[in-house]
Amino acid sequence: MAQVDRCTALWIGAIAITLIGVLLQGRLDWLARYPEAWVLPVADVVNAVSNWVVRHFAWIFQGMSALLEYPIRAVQKGLHALPWSVAMLLFCILAYAASGWRLALFTLGASAYMLTIGYWDAGMNTLSLVAISVPSAILVGFAIGVWGFRSARAERVIMPTLDVLQTVPTFAYLLPILMLFGFGTVVGLIASILYSFPPMVRNTILGLRRVAPEVIESGLMAGATRRQLFWQVRVPSARRQLMLGVNQATMASLSMVIIASVIGGTADLGWEVLSTIRKAQFGESLLVGLVIALMAMVIDRVTIGFAGASDRSGKTAPRNSLWLFAGMAIVLIYGACLMLPLLYDWPAAYRINPAPLMNEALSGFITAFRTQIEAIKTAAFYFVMLPARIGLQGAVSPFTWGFALTPGHQIAYALGMIALALWSARRWTPKAGIAVLIFAVIYFFGLTGLPWPTLILILVLLSHGIGGAAMALGTALGLLFIVVTGNWPAAVLSIYLCGIAVAIAFTLGSAIGIWAAQNDRVSAIVRPINDTLQTMPLFVILIPFVMIFKIGDFTALLAIIAYAIVPAIRYTEHGLRDLPETVIEAARMIGTTPRQLLWQVKIPLALPIMMLGLNQTILYGIAMLVIAALVGANGLEQTVYIALTDGNVGQGLIAGLAMAIIAIIADRMTSGWSRRRQATLGLDSQ
Amino acid sequence: MKTSSSDLGPVVLSCRNVWKVYGPRADSFFRPVSAGARDPAARAAEIRATGHIVANASVSFDVHKGEIFVIMGLSGSGKSTIVRCLSRLVEPTAGEILLDGEDLLKKSTAELIEIRRHKLGMVFQSFGLMPHLNVIDNIAFPLKLQGMGEADRHARAARVIELVGLTGRERNYPSELSGGQQQRVGIARSLAVEPEVWLLDEPFSALDPLIRKQMQDEFLRIQRKLHKSIVFITHDFQEALRIADRMAIMRDGAVVQIGRPIDLILNPADDYIRDFTQDVPWESILRASDIMEPVSGTVEGLRRVAEDTSVASVLPDLGSSAGVVVEGPRGTVLGIVTARGLAASLALGCAQTGPSGSA
Ligand SMILES: Nc1ncnc2c1ncn2[C@@H]1O[C@H](COP(=O)(O)OP(=O)(O)O)[C@@H](O)[C@H]1O
Ligand SMILES: [Mg+2]
Repeated sequence: MAQVDRCTALWIGAIAITLIGVLLQGRLDWLARYPEAWVLPVADVVNAVSNWVVRHFAWIFQGMSALLEYPIRAVQKGLHALPWSVAMLLFCILAYAASGWRLALFTLGASAYMLTIGYWDAGMNTLSLVAISVPSAILVGFAIGVWGFRSARAERVIMPTLDVLQTVPTFAYLLPILMLFGFGTVVGLIASILYSFPPMVRNTILGLRRVAPEVIESGLMAGATRRQLFWQVRVPSARRQLMLGVNQATMASLSMVIIASVIGGTADLGWEVLSTIRKAQFGESLLVGLVIALMAMVIDRVTIGFAGASDRSGKTAPRNSLWLFAGMAIVLIYGACLMLPLLYDWPAAYRINPAPLMNEALSGFITAFRTQIEAIKTAAFYFVMLPARIGLQGAVSPFTWGFALTPGHQIAYALGMIALALWSARRWTPKAGIAVLIFAVIYFFGLTGLPWPTLILILVLLSHGIGGAAMALGTALGLLFIVVTGNWPAAVLSIYLCGIAVAIAFTLGSAIGIWAAQNDRVSAIVRPINDTLQTMPLFVILIPFVMIFKIGDFTALLAIIAYAIVPAIRYTEHGLRDLPETVIEAARMIGTTPRQLLWQVKIPLALPIMMLGLNQTILYGIAMLVIAALVGANGLEQTVYIALTDGNVGQGLIAGLAMAIIAIIADRMTSGWSRRRQATLGLDSQ
Repeated sequence: MKTSSSDLGPVVLSCRNVWKVYGPRADSFFRPVSAGARDPAARAAEIRATGHIVANASVSFDVHKGEIFVIMGLSGSGKSTIVRCLSRLVEPTAGEILLDGEDLLKKSTAELIEIRRHKLGMVFQSFGLMPHLNVIDNIAFPLKLQGMGEADRHARAARVIELVGLTGRERNYPSELSGGQQQRVGIARSLAVEPEVWLLDEPFSALDPLIRKQMQDEFLRIQRKLHKSIVFITHDFQEALRIADRMAIMRDGAVVQIGRPIDLILNPADDYIRDFTQDVPWESILRASDIMEPVSGTVEGLRRVAEDTSVASVLPDLGSSAGVVVEGPRGTVLGIVTARGLAASLALGCAQTGPSGSA
């Protein structure tokens, strides 16, 4: 009890300090804004170093770049030289071999769509980049994974590096590569390799480690040498996990190839989306977006299919005849191509272009519903986004809320919130009361209205409560890095946008997840939607929101919610459905009503898993936030994006690192909490 | 074929004062003194007091040619560890393992690989099959590692497949088989290299009781054909009784008693063993050959039974006639079972163990 009291006292102290800080910041300028003069010139140092490297070593990288151009060109040429009919047949055969005729049919439809809509060439360009980056990423990832598996010390270096690589915003990656390798397709390729090898490393280590000890022992007893044991026993036994790595690496690669097109010069699908969005040709961008989405789905299913297909006997018998048939069909179709040029190159005249029609429909829709769209936008802006950013004190005015904030209102707000806090503290725990108080303070003054030292204090205190001194220290150092590099104001904007999006996504997602856990029909509807959203390259998710709401914060918010809601739904449903049967039965026997069962038994037990969902929601949110810089978010992600267009490596890298820091802190906090909670509940999941 | 203590073959595998200690300073306990120098129990207690785990404490036993030697003990008593020491999957901390008279612990890695490839076969509780290989490739896997060509190894695998009754399943993958079938694959794989010594670590414990019984019968049938020297681990006393020629009972890493099942039933060494043997019906374990006496006088008109007939099935005859004649494989007369002889045998066992040992 004394423990709780000390903790509570600490928190109340922190809130008091926050309030004092808010009062003082009118007088003490450095409280409100970290002074420009105190900013450490880290970015300049990085720039100096990078300039030096570029000046002296650029020729090496440029040489590499020139070398790498060859395979890319070759694959591109190869894919372009292939008649579409033959390529399509190849895709379908691959899909059939991976999973069966359903996927083959789907692949046929998807590629037929790509062809008739007129994006075959762009699609082949994208595919050729993926086709080169994936094998490289797999080789690199596997090699590093084996190293990490063999040596515990190596693993201790590898894991944090992967964390950083996977959380640094993608645009920040592109920058140094751009500086070193110069413009060109190679940049996209290298960025895509860098972005896609980490999942392969993780899956390799996990897979190799998870091979059952008795399988290894039986290999030893069969008289395997060290090498035989590794290549003939351990690696093949881990191949399911390895194939999952291949799947994830491929999806990451596709995603990055699309994103990398922001630097231009690729004439691929990503570039088509970007340029059509910029020209406000939404019909076209939607059509290309669909091509990308379909491509992602096909690639996903094919790689997953190969992961599962290897230990079912039904597949092996007809293999030989399948290849025979495939070979014959290819020869036949190729022959037909020579006689029928239509099968070789799809004539431009046969292209279907519904884009103008769609554009018309869209503008019709927007004109018809302008008032509603505007109403939604302003409501969200005035009542949710603005208060979170600059607080009620700034947001409430006759112009927005229809009245001015009088001292009377303020006192009423303060008293009301204190009463609510006391009630929550009594009803649940003191912690609940404190949460209410902190929320009330932030909502009143706004995230940007709070002095930076107090915001850091609150976050450090929170990490201390979850992970002890070590985590508190990590949080403090990370946040201070952001402050001293002068990125704090932008970071707060990022936290604000992502915070709102995550809060909404998690609330909404949990609600849907709970519903889906109770209702099989809902579950069956939600699952494929989630699957699709999850495999979708981030770019594509932006399109519909930009179409309707134009560029701005609100669009970014919606896009983040749309993407980040997926894990919230998934984990909630999974957590609720996966509870130990005995506990549920015991609760039923006591005579709980369905509602009590849900709220007093299931949800508390599923909470740790739901928290893992929150963890993923945050990480997904941050990933999308980075991309949202394209449509008008203006925190760190915008800093990174501007740095990219200016070629300012230092600024881009530091701001990128700042985003990674925020992501890692959020990750450690939520997963730490979840693990602790799970341990106390005795529900060890792994 | 059950053997009696008198006709044990030559020793094939021998385990002498084997210790396995887990922990940071495991080796330090054995450096100056040899393992058998002091009372093992006291020594194990000393080592445990330092926070180390003593998985095996001075384990010794011999396995004779062609016998089924069962090691029985509760979970955690060190059975898996000792059987892994026998194949050096686990490196013993101290002691000697003699295979055909040579110290296994002195072998180099290359020699060990050769021994495992040709002399030892092992079956695992959770099968340990390669998930990526189908039945025939799993079974032929040890042969493949030796570099045998595909045609040869498949031919050899086909023979063991027939032996374990898996014909028709050659192309299936482990994930498509039931537990019992998977263990048949494990058994076939361990036999494919035609090993001399066959190690089985709780091979049937993961199976349903009904399947387990069936697999035990199959196992005995295979052994009648192949006459391997076998170390069979189990935690199930009934299973041990069904298949053991001789058995050792382990507790806390040490062997408590070694002997034929009937020896253990009639003369349990202590209360721990008595707990197992108490409820065992001795008359179905005891065989005619265990209690027979030399023939004196005429045996005309008496019933004749095989030597491994259970006492239970001759009991009715003992009441009504002078006795039952025990005959060998070719009809030779080995001895005679009489009511008085039976009583004497039981009394002997009881006399050595006290009244509570009687059934
Ligand atoms: N690698 C290991 N490290 C530490 N202790 C072990 C290890 N392997 C086994 N043990 C311990 O040795 C004891 C005997 O285990 P084991 O031989 O598996 O028993 P059994 O097979 O009879 O159930 C157990 O207490 C077990 O916890
Ligand atoms: Mg065991």
